[in-house]
Amino acid sequence: MTTLRIDNLNVTFSTEAGPLHALKNVSFDVPENRIVGIVGESGCGKSTLINAILGLLADNGSVDGGSILFEGQDELTTLPPSRMRDLRGPRIATVFQDPMGALNPVISVGKQMLNIQYRSPLSKEEKLNRAVEMLELVRIPDARAALVRYPHQFSGGMKQRIAIAMALMMEPALLIADEPTTALDATLEVTTIELLKDLQQKIGCSVMFISHHLGVIAELCDDVVVMYAGEVVERGTVRQIFQDPRHPYTARLLECDPARQSERTRNLPTIPGEIPDLRARPTGCIFANRCDRVSDACSAPPPDKDIGGGHIARCFVADTPAETGVTA
Amino acid sequence: MAELWRPIRKILREPLGALGLFLVLFVIFGAVFADLLTSWDPTKINPRDRFQGPSTQHLMGTDQLGRDLFARVLHGGRIALFVALVSTAVSLVIGIVLGLIAGYGPRWLDNLMILLFDAMKSFPTVMLALALVTLMGPSLTAVMVVVVLVTVPGYARIIRTQTIALKTSEYVTAAQSMGASSARILRVHILPNVIGPLVILASMDIPVVIGIEAGMSFLGLGVRPPTPSWGSILNDGFTNIRDTAWIAIAGGVPIIITTLGFTFLGETLRDVFDPRLKGR
Amino acid sequence: MSSDPILKVEDVQVSFPVGGLGRKNAILGVAGVSFEVNRGETFALVGESGSGKTTLARAANGLQEISAGAITFEDQRIDTLDRKAMKPVRKRMSMMFQDPVGSLSPRMTVGDLVTEPFRIHGIEGRNLREEAARLLTLVGLPTSFASRFPHQLSGGQARRVGVARAIALDPALIIADEPTAGLDVSVQGEVLNLLNDLRERLGLAMVIITHNLHVVHHVADRTAVMYLGRFVEAGDTEEVFSAPQHPYTAALLSANPEPDPDKTHDRITLPAEVPSLLARPAGCEFHTRCPWAQSRCSMDAPERQVTNGRAVACHFPLEPGARPPEIVEKAAS
Ligand SMILES: Nc1ncnc2c1ncn2[C@@H]1O[C@H](COP(=O)(O)OP(=O)(O)OP(=O)(O)O)[C@@H](O)[C@H]1O
Ligand SMILES: Nc1ncnc2c1ncn2[C@@H]1O[C@H](COP(=O)(O)OP(=O)(O)O)[C@@H](O)[C@H]1O
Ligand code: SF4
Ligand code: SF4
Ligand SMILES: [Mg+2]
Ligand SMILES: [Mg+2]
Repeated sequence: MTTLRIDNLNVTFSTEAGPLHALKNVSFDVPENRIVGIVGESGCGKSTLINAILGLLADNGSVDGGSILFEGQDELTTLPPSRMRDLRGPRIATVFQDPMGALNPVISVGKQMLNIQYRSPLSKEEKLNRAVEMLELVRIPDARAALVRYPHQFSGGMKQRIAIAMALMMEPALLIADEPTTALDATLEVTTIELLKDLQQKIGCSVMFISHHLGVIAELCDDVVVMYAGEVVERGTVRQIFQDPRHPYTARLLECDPARQSERTRNLPTIPGEIPDLRARPTGCIFANRCDRVSDACSAPPPDKDIGGGHIARCFVADTPAETGVTA
Repeated sequence: MAELWRPIRKILREPLGALGLFLVLFVIFGAVFADLLTSWDPTKINPRDRFQGPSTQHLMGTDQLGRDLFARVLHGGRIALFVALVSTAVSLVIGIVLGLIAGYGPRWLDNLMILLFDAMKSFPTVMLALALVTLMGPSLTAVMVVVVLVTVPGYARIIRTQTIALKTSEYVTAAQSMGASSARILRVHILPNVIGPLVILASMDIPVVIGIEAGMSFLGLGVRPPTPSWGSILNDGFTNIRDTAWIAIAGGVPIIITTLGFTFLGETLRDVFDPRLKGR
Repeated sequence: MSSDPILKVEDVQVSFPVGGLGRKNAILGVAGVSFEVNRGETFALVGESGSGKTTLARAANGLQEISAGAITFEDQRIDTLDRKAMKPVRKRMSMMFQDPVGSLSPRMTVGDLVTEPFRIHGIEGRNLREEAARLLTLVGLPTSFASRFPHQLSGGQARRVGVARAIALDPALIIADEPTAGLDVSVQGEVLNLLNDLRERLGLAMVIITHNLHVVHHVADRTAVMYLGRFVEAGDTEEVFSAPQHPYTAALLSANPEPDPDKTHDRITLPAEVPSLLARPAGCEFHTRCPWAQSRCSMDAPERQVTNGRAVACHFPLEPGARPPEIVEKAAS
């Protein structure tokens, strides 16, 4: 069974200058027990996608078209808000880039961890023990003493690990993590990834993992979805994406990673040009104004080409690998 | 314009919110256009027409002194709304200032002010009213002072809690790092972010305020006769309940309508704009 | 070292009171740190989260009172200045904060946010609207963004607004706390190239705090590695990266995730139990996690040794390419 099936999803924000088409025909699956990574330029709609899944779009945003099916039964785009609230937290947990979104600044950590378990039949003592156990799992030193402290007394990285502990405490079916390791140093980032992988297997949940750190995606994820300007331009297994990128955007993105520059350089590679204005999407390929393989054909919308083995890219020339494609 | 419409549309989508908004507008309309809606003077005594039931002449009948009840209800609404709006506004201003000072100022001041708020809050409203009336004599001002004293501590506490939360937020730190003064930080960076929920809570307090005004006038501690107030009409109604029920109905129904209207509206505002306030 | 320090941090300590029942306690968030940043230089701070990087940056920016030491900026002691006297200094030194959206006041427009420094410093005679447009263009945002609110920006767009605000008053020093966290690699490249460009054109000095070691490797002239509020190693970036001498640095560098799913990582794994600042380990504070620790390490604290501008605090500095003893043993058996 797929935990989450997103099919042809469209999201629009109404702005003063007209509608902004933030997600266009987005489709992909989050299979059971797999970790799906989502990468793409900032502003490409990753957070919007998550908000659409959670039913938390900003006031001026709306889903117009498409479906989000959770565990084969709940259609999230039409679920009543009260049902959605029941799912959020216990069944679909979230960890955000800014841990303060999950933590209330004026309530102690222990109290917040008790509050999450309000539905659990455990006694207060057992709930506290569970909280300590979770804090220890995410390696907060002095876990028991940490319960009486307030969020601002922890460093950014510690707050994030507390947020992860809180998200996983109820053993959800799907964990959505929006850049959760951005604030962590390399050793803790690696331990957090390993920890997430470990916890994911223990709990048996699926994970949607957003990160800009391509190294982390490569190491943690089973599948990867590449987004650009509100579209899924390429998706496949982690090896297909990293070793055989077919969409020119994916190829350029991978090249921009400073980790691939072995020579020290002050001038880092970028992708010249700007993301098109999402209020006036081009009729043809969305990447055409920055693409190095662009041709006349690209003024028509490119098809989702199936390269085989679940590897799909939205580009006319996807059947031939990019010559700039990176070899490992 | 669209900016104004969006919240109103949101309220109208909720059945209770639409009903609340309708009732509130209805009451406000009556109070504002009281002079156009009736030509009767609410204080004019007319002993020959005592205890009349509703008729085309007197839409709600007359009271024990023959005064037109419809006119008295409309003008009583003016008093109720005046007290509610003015004293709530005063409470808001005082509450915000005190809350900002407590939240942003030094720790000892905060502790002192919290002590003060709690002391004020623990004082029973009736005792406070009686004490004030003994001091000032029954009047509209006494009613408003009571309302302010009763509501300020709650408002100040909410502002204080939120100010404390924002004080350590990164954007306030960022403003400090740019060299902004405390006054500027409070005015530009903190106030706009703490005021929204408070206004919602205050709108939910309006029925309480109207209740206090009616209650004090009922007990003869509020507006002095012959000025009409829903509370004093209700009192007249109970005194003369054996002669007619109309006076009590005329005094009671507006209180119920207004209370329900503001409660529905306030709760919808809260649910739509700030669900986190639930359970406060 | 050709030294023309713009910022001088000497033996700085920052302590935080922690409320224990009955007993009064304090922890040292920064426990004696010294460094200098020269004009036009980029200095990187890396280290464990919670090791005190942000606290150190805030102290250098005068946002955090220090409990010992001295901070000198452009030949002026700034740690003793009060808020008023500090104000002109804030024009010369700006700070970028860790949380891109959270550091923007939620009810102000982007236009107001980027011109806030002008308003705070009462700088007259400039058309703020034009300034906003100029700054937004400089950081690669369309000028139409001036009317947006922070929650309508993506993380990367908010970050650029932060950059625009930090460079608004043409400062001489920017302290950037995680300036590229939350940016995708191509925009990250753009922001770093932008900062580098300003550095070259305006002689801007920078202190960059980041967890991204690949970024440090490319942009920083010198790098300092922090652990539990102290520098365990500091020196020329290239040298530190090619031959780390402190075991923690070596572990950090080996942990760096690489964008290759098939890469087998030869990591120096550390026990994840980071010691509490309330109970700092005796001797070398890293000995509870150090794979190379010997009996001496838990007793006396290593002195900081400086050779050729390279500072290391370890009794047994590593040789290039050293592997942890257990791994060597395992390989041998
Ligand atoms: N106001 C405070 N009260 C008590 N302790 C604090 C306070 N601020 C910071 N600390 C502590 O000081 C230490 C250093 O915190 P700091 O935020 O500077 O770390 P950091 O290196 O920036 O971490 P990260 O990379 O995760 O953001 C941490 O142990 C933290 O818990
Ligand atoms: N509430 C909103 N109103 C208008 N535009 C928005 C809003 N939220 C996001 N956007 C726009 O939608 C696009 C996608 O944003 P987001 O999902 O936050 O990107 P990401 O998370 O990938 O960085 C961006 O162009 C952003 O400016
Ligand atoms: S469809 Fe054309 S423009 Fe678009 S990515 Fe492919 S080659 Fe480039
Ligand atoms: S002094 Fe000893 S414990 Fe400390 S880092 Fe060096 S080898 Fe490790
Ligand atoms: Mg985002
Ligand atoms: Mg930090």
